[in-house]
Parts: sequence; C-alpha cells; structure tokens
Amino acid sequence: MTGFTGFALRRAVGAIVTLLAISVIVYVVFYATPGDVAQITCGPRCSPAQVHQVAQQLKLDDPLYVRYWHFLQGVVAGQDYSTGTSVERCSAPCLGLSYRSDRQVMQIILGKLPVSLSLVLGAMVLWLLLGVGTGVLSAWRRGRLTERALTGVTLAGVATPSFVIGLVLMIVVCGQLELLPFPEYVPLSADPEQWMWNLLLPWLTLALGEAAYFARLTRASMLETLAEDHIRTFRAYGVGERSIVGRHALRGALAPIIALNANDVGAMVGGAVLTETLFGLPGIGQELVHAVNVVDLPVVVGMVLVIGFFVVLANAVADVLYAVADRRVVLT
Amino acid sequence: MSLVRVTDLTVEFGGLTAVDGLSFELAPGAALALVGESGSGKSTVASALLGLHRGTGARVGGSVEVAGTDVQRASEDELRRLRGGKAAMVFQDPLSSLDPYYAVGDQIAEVYRVHTRASRRAARARAVEVLDRVGIPDAPRRARSRPHEFSGGMRQRALIAMALACEPDLLIADEPTTALDVTVQAQILDLLHTLRAETGMGLLLVTHDVGVAAESVGEVLVMRHGRVVEHGPVGAVLGSPTQAYTRELLDAVPRVDAPRAPSQPSEEIVLEATGLRREFGRGKRAFAAVDDVSLRVHRGETLGIVGESGSGKTTLGRMLVGLLEPTAGQVRYDGHARVGVNRAVQMVFQDPVSSLNPRRSVGESIADPLRARGERDEQRIRGRVTELLERVGLEGAHYDRYPHEFSGGQRQRVGIARALAADPRVIVCDEPVSALDVTTQAQVVALLAELQRELGLALVFVAHDLAVVRRVSDRVAVMRQGRIVESGPADEVYDNPQALYTKQLLAAVPALDPEVAARRRTARREPAAL
Repeated sequence: MTGFTGFALRRAVGAIVTLLAISVIVYVVFYATPGDVAQITCGPRCSPAQVHQVAQQLKLDDPLYVRYWHFLQGVVAGQDYSTGTSVERCSAPCLGLSYRSDRQVMQIILGKLPVSLSLVLGAMVLWLLLGVGTGVLSAWRRGRLTERALTGVTLAGVATPSFVIGLVLMIVVCGQLELLPFPEYVPLSADPEQWMWNLLLPWLTLALGEAAYFARLTRASMLETLAEDHIRTFRAYGVGERSIVGRHALRGALAPIIALNANDVGAMVGGAVLTETLFGLPGIGQELVHAVNVVDLPVVVGMVLVIGFFVVLANAVADVLYAVADRRVVLT
Repeated sequence: MSLVRVTDLTVEFGGLTAVDGLSFELAPGAALALVGESGSGKSTVASALLGLHRGTGARVGGSVEVAGTDVQRASEDELRRLRGGKAAMVFQDPLSSLDPYYAVGDQIAEVYRVHTRASRRAARARAVEVLDRVGIPDAPRRARSRPHEFSGGMRQRALIAMALACEPDLLIADEPTTALDVTVQAQILDLLHTLRAETGMGLLLVTHDVGVAAESVGEVLVMRHGRVVEHGPVGAVLGSPTQAYTRELLDAVPRVDAPRAPSQPSEEIVLEATGLRREFGRGKRAFAAVDDVSLRVHRGETLGIVGESGSGKTTLGRMLVGLLEPTAGQVRYDGHARVGVNRAVQMVFQDPVSSLNPRRSVGESIADPLRARGERDEQRIRGRVTELLERVGLEGAHYDRYPHEFSGGQRQRVGIARALAADPRVIVCDEPVSALDVTTQAQVVALLAELQRELGLALVFVAHDLAVVRRVSDRVAVMRQGRIVESGPADEVYDNPQALYTKQLLAAVPALDPEVAARRRTARREPAAL
C-alpha cells in the first residue's frame, strides 16, 4: 500500500484541525450558557464571598481566550496545578482538572473509556453479524415470505427505542427466566468470562436496534449491486445464486456498510447514554451527561474531544477498509 | 443435429412483445449474426438461448434448444450446466461485465470450478492458460489484476477467455465490440475468428453493425420489431438483399470507401486554432490530452476530426467552443483572439439523453441560448423556438414536451436546434451520431448537411467512426495521443493515407463485403502488408 504514510499524515493533520475546531466550539457554547458556573460549582448555600473565591480558584474571571490558551498549553506541554495543599503535575496531554473533584480530566476519561469501548466494540460485532446477515438473507430470498417477514422484523427493530429493548431484555432474561444475574460491570482484565456475561445484555440492547438499520441498508445496497451487469455475467455462466449473493453482491455492497459502521461506532463511544444508564455501566456517555448537568466545563471539553477523536479515528479506519475492499480506491 | 434450434420464439415483457415468432437453426461450428437496430429484439433472443429470462417476469413462448438442452423445460441444474459449460456468452460492455472487486483470473477460475470439479489451483492454472490463449501478455501476472487495471480491449479478451474456459460448443457474443475502438475491434473480431477455426465452436453474434457481421459470420438474420426480415448466407443478404428494410439498412451504413459529393467552401477562415495544448493533472501525473494542435475552419465547410478513445478529440472540440481553456495556444474566431464561450461557436453533444435537462421541456432547453442573449419577450422566444423545432424536422407543438418523450434521433435534433438558437456560424459536433442507429444516424447527418448548405455553417465533426466522418467531411484531421498525425482533403486522406496510423485505422474498419473482409484479415496478420 504505497502512499499509506502520506495518507496517515494527512489524516493526522486533519484530525488535529477537527479537534481544535471542536474544542473552540465547546468553549464558546459553554461561555454563552446562562448560569453562574462558580455559584453552581460552589453549591446553593455558598456566600457571595465563597462564590468569589471559587471563581478565582477556577480562574473564571479570566477572559475566555486566556482560559482557552491555558487549556491548549496544558494539552501540549502539561501543567502544574495547585490543589491547595500541594502542587500536582498534570502531564501532557493534560485536559485540565475537573471543577468538581479536582481530579484530572484525563484520569476520569481513562477510567471510563474501557467501559465504553467494551460496550461499543462488543455490540458492533453483534450488530454486524446480525444486521449484515439478515440483510444478505433478505436479498437472497427477495420477493419471498422470508424477506417479507425479515422486513417486518427489521422495521420493528428500527422503530423500537433501545431502552425499551433493554428493559424488556432485563425483565425477561434476568427477572423472569433468571438466566443471567442483573448486569454489573466487570473489567475485562479482571475476569474475561464475567466481563462477557455481564455485558451480554447491554450488547444485545445496543445491537438489536442498530442491526435493524444495517439489515435494511445491506438489503438495499445488495439489491442495487444485484442489478449490475457483472452479476448478469456470472448468472450467464451458471454460477449459483449462493455464490452470486454471498460473494459478488455482498462485496459490492460493502462500501455503505463500512461508512455507516464508522459513524455509529464513533458516535456511540459517547452516545450510548441510555444503555449505560439502564445497566449501570460507568461509561463515557453517563459521565458526560453528569458533567453537563453540573457545568463541569473541563470534563465536558475533554469528553467531547475524546469522542471527536474516536469519530475521526473510526472514519480513517473506514477509509482504509474501503481501499482494502475496493482496489480502485486510492487513499488520499 | 443442430447446435441451436429456435422454434416460434416469443418473448413478452409486460404488454410489450420484444420477440415475435422467431425461428432459426444453427449447425455445429457454424456462425450466425443477428443484425438489427435497437429495439429489434436481437439481444432478447441471445438471453433466451441461455434461459436468462427465467425469473425476470418475462413471458417466453415457443421452444429453444441449445446443445441438446431444452432451455424452456430444463431444470435449474440443467440450465446451470448449459450456461458457460456448453454455451458461453460474451457481453457488450467489458468493464461493467466483470466484477470490479476480484482479480480477473479468479473470476475465470470461479466459472471454471462451477462446471468442473477442478481444484482451486487447477482452476487458476486454467484461467492463466485461457488468458494467454486470448493474447493477454504476461498472463500469469495479469491474471491477478483487477478489471480496472485492464484496457477496454484486454477486458473484452478476458471475457472471451472466461467463455473459453469450459470449451463450450456455442459462443454467444452480444455486441462484443461496440464499446471498443476500431483497431481494437478488428483485433477482437480476428481473435474470435481464429478461436472458432481452432476449437470448432459455433458462434451466435448479436450486432447492430452490419460491417461487424460481414467480418465474422457465414449467415445473417436481419431482425426488426422482433421478427425475421431476411435470413440467408452473409454474401447474399448483404450483396443482394431481397427485402426493402435490409436495403434501407445497408444504404444507411456509411461507407469508408465512398467519396463525398464535393462542396464549395469559401476561403474565408472563421475559426483558427494555433498551437493548442491542454494538460490535465499536476506534477508527475500531468499529461497533455491535446498537444500542439493547429487547424483552420473555413466558412461553409466541414472539418472532420477522427481518432480513437483517448486521442484528445473531445478535449480539442471543447477548447474550440471555449468550454475548456487551453494551457497554451490560442483560438481565433473571425481573426480575433477569443476568451470564453462565444455565441457564434456552438456545440452539439454526444449523448442526447444526458445533455438535455430531463426536468425541463425541450422548448425551454432550446430557448436557453436566446435568454442568455438577453431576449425577454416570451412571444418572440416561443416563435423562434417553434421555428427552430420545425427547422430540424420536429413540430412546433413539441415545445412543451419533455426529453423522455422523444426517441434518440429526435433528441439529437433538439440538441441541434439548441445549438442553432444562438445563430452560430460554427457548430462543433462531438460524436453527434455515435449513440444512434444507422438509419437515424443517416437522417441526422443529412440534416446537418442541409443546415450547412442553407445557413452557410462551418461544422467541426468530431467522431471515432471513420466512415461517418468521410460521409460528412470536406477536410479531415486524424488525431492520435493529442496530436494531429495527418490532415488534408477527405478524399486524399482516405484514398491515399500517408501516416502509418491512418493506414492502420482504415485497415481496421469492417468491410461490408465478406470477401474483402477475409482479404483484410489476412493483411492484418501480416503487418508488412500495411
């Protein structure tokens, strides 16, 4: 793959520009948000003097661009923070300290990230298997009862919110049938088997609705490919329908599947809030919602940047996959 | 026993009868061409031979027997054994007919494994063998290439290789050379000829091009509206046709060896290009599509520009009109250097379907140049457009109709009317008839000649078809790789070509007379004879 270094470099530069833009937007949006950050941070019972002290401590009185500049410095070079009693080093890339807990934002994120990645990547495997499989089956059995039944099921899947699926799964599987205990997050490093059993329901919850989208996309994309001339060639040479659908049509239908998958994986790292909340998984999404509620700006910025990073990363991976799937694609 | 026996074949799509009571037979090893214009049902017959209409909703009646298989009654398994095993098909568009995602050799190997129990390795070896057989250089390596890495001619060779893989008794070729340049077409037809001589397989050739049929087969079946018009030995049908339609079809075919009625162009130069050059791409990838081209167009004359695909003729045409700016050189109109589009130099495009906006009535499209000139009086616009429509052989009432309501030839007339709307003195026609049937082609060419006479227009006629260019042109320029290799009065260039490339081009044009075709084929095999 010649030119891959160039591609990676261009992508890296693009990612940095994107992330800078995201951070600026988040800063501006929060600056414009009504509500006194110092008051909210300090709590409802603080006296004006205390609120003033908090504001000073958080450097809230500095102009926005100064705060943003400090933030950038931290990212590039790291920063020292005074916690009152001691000076703490936050090494680069430093995303700052939480207004609330004095913990480093990077540490908070690194703590939540394995949960989110476990959830999303596991669910991805499921939704690709289920969704693409169903789509291929629909395309193969087009016009028959199987296809109509599958179309109905996937339509229902698209229409059902994930928390409904999750609740029903939890009530039936854990409550009534008692097949699994109520899920509770176990790190992969601690016990892989328990990790899997406990994540099974969250994975299914995320994957079922998502799989429906993939099934519909796969079916439509495959039907389009099946109408192309080269499919006719293989029919005219006696190649069986299984090979035509499974080999030739699926390969041609991959591009939109890769694209949708990249977007969804990237977005779900921080966007699977409902599933995380429902199953009590301490992931990025939940933490982000919490941080927004308490106007914990450094945490919000950090989280949004990390989510942005994963969206950019997922799309770059998708571009490489395009080129692998279709040799005509040149990486630029 | 016949290799193919078609009896009373009828194919209906919805309410439309594409093939209507067609019968013919083909002896083993024989070659038959189905000739007809678009919509005559010839490709539908080819598909019916392999039972490809099954499951498409088409209603097929009558009986079709191919290599001992009753296609109508055969089970799915029997059909699959027939397809590719006993009868193999080569399609028109070699790019879209191969799977873009897999290596060419793997695709051939896959087909081979469907029909034999060969191992993967043996199938790959077979693929390399047949690719080598059809003249793909360095076949073991190129077998691993994907279709987009092949040229048009190589792709068609690869498709033929796929057809050969299982040594079929019958080869069905559906317009196998229509998408190819004339020199490549000659190579492919020669290849088919040699392969038939070697393997003894039968050939059913579907083509709109009478010349291609004359080159390749023993028998011709002329089709129209799904029925047989005339059927017989190729020499007899093309030499002394008994049916009026066959004569009409043959008369419409432009001849590369027929001189054109001389016209009297003036000495006045309307359009002049000097040292035109146009590059595409930047840095290392830059290449010159047109390189140092100079030409003159006199008032009232037709300058033909011929060349194969990639020769730069379309780029040149666009620069003459001003749709593309030259990288170097100059276009002068009436002696003045010109920048941008000038209303006096108009263009007629190749594809009459995509060059008209499908969402606007044809009257609106024709009125565009008028409005662009600042005409605002709706009454006058409508009047002028009506006049133009009638001028190109349509009706004024067609103003409010939409492009899809017209046939290909009529759409091209609309395109010509649009070009005329600006009162041009020069019209650059970029492949104006290559998407049309021969009879329609002849009508459009006649219209252009008539307009030229009456309006004193100068025409620049860009085309790949040497015969069409000869029919219309006073002077001809032959282009290759961005340069003009030869130019001069049409009769001189055609009857006494000087450049080697012009000679090769002319030698590659299919002859209508099978005997001449056979002589030329021999000549092509000995390049010294050129």
